[in-house]
Amino acid sequence: MAQHDWLENVFLTRLNEAANWCRKYSFWPMPFATACCGIELMATAASRHDIARFGAEVFRFSPRQADLMIVAGRVVMKMLPVLQRIWLQMPEPKWCISMGACASSGGVFDTYAVVQGIDRFLPVDIYVPGCPPRPEQLIRAIIDLQEMVQREGRVRGLERLRQRARTGLPVLGASEQPGRPEPQRN
Amino acid sequence: MGEAQVQDKAEAAAEQPAWLDFVEQTIAALRARFGQEAIEESRFRDNVRVIVPATKVYEVLAFLKNERGFDFLVDITAVDYLHYPNARDRFAVIWSLMRTDNGARLFVKTFLNEPDLTVPTVFDLWKAADWLEREVYDMFGIRFAGHPNLKRILLPEEFSAYPLRKDYPLRGRGERHNFRRLTREQS
Repeated sequence: MAQHDWLENVFLTRLNEAANWCRKYSFWPMPFATACCGIELMATAASRHDIARFGAEVFRFSPRQADLMIVAGRVVMKMLPVLQRIWLQMPEPKWCISMGACASSGGVFDTYAVVQGIDRFLPVDIYVPGCPPRPEQLIRAIIDLQEMVQREGRVRGLERLRQRARTGLPVLGASEQPGRPEPQRN
Repeated sequence: MGEAQVQDKAEAAAEQPAWLDFVEQTIAALRARFGQEAIEESRFRDNVRVIVPATKVYEVLAFLKNERGFDFLVDITAVDYLHYPNARDRFAVIWSLMRTDNGARLFVKTFLNEPDLTVPTVFDLWKAADWLEREVYDMFGIRFAGHPNLKRILLPEEFSAYPLRKDYPLRGRGERHNFRRLTREQS
């Protein structure tokens, strides 16, 4: 009897998949909110839409404690070095959501001061259209990112880049060409 | 709406506010002090402007503060009249003043032309001029002689243009693209 219970309560998986499963339900977002998209980001975190249902409620204002940067709003040329520095301060594995028209393309702000899409200077995993996007759209982006992490994440965060290089798929938001030599394993 | 209608409506709406009398007396006092031809006045409803030569602007502003009680410097701004129809001068600098105890408002304006884009600072009259003058310098390249710390306030210090000038392109000269690119591998 005891032996039978034991068998029914055990399942086997691979370490990578177990790690990815844990990882995708515990995003720690770093809110880089500079404009009205930031308000929608806050609404997504508040009780009505409740980002906690997707395990991503622990917003950290220190990049060193976060693994998902949500860039919500326009980024000006004076802010971009700050944004890059924050991205570099985040530990691997890490992901980036570009939320809204401004972060993704500059939006209506086609002026000397506004960066025309953060993906010119940073790797971006998911783009969210909208001006500003509704919370449902951001939640959709988080679900999509969860799928991406389950599919492509590895125990070491850099692995997903290597896999993409092997498969020849375009790397979203990065300048790497398909088929380039693999980075050295670390 | 025709000119006459506008006037009728303005007359019907209210009598002249009390502070406008004070502003009119102020302009009379300015003319008594600096001469009739140095103080040019223009007016739209309760919006009163005096246009003074750049050489006299500091004395005019000091007079308005010390003798006429304009204790609040609301704003300093500038205009680029490049391509403006019938404009004789390139730049204008405008000081917006207010007297807080009676609500009187007055605009002081002066015109500037290249190459001498310098006006005296009014930092010693109103401390508020500190950042306002830095902003005008940042956007138009107009210098305020005697300012204690005249450097860019909004744009990065290494920025090389004055973006609110009309000959500066709206999309800039590549400043927004001039950054290194971070890739997945590097970060």
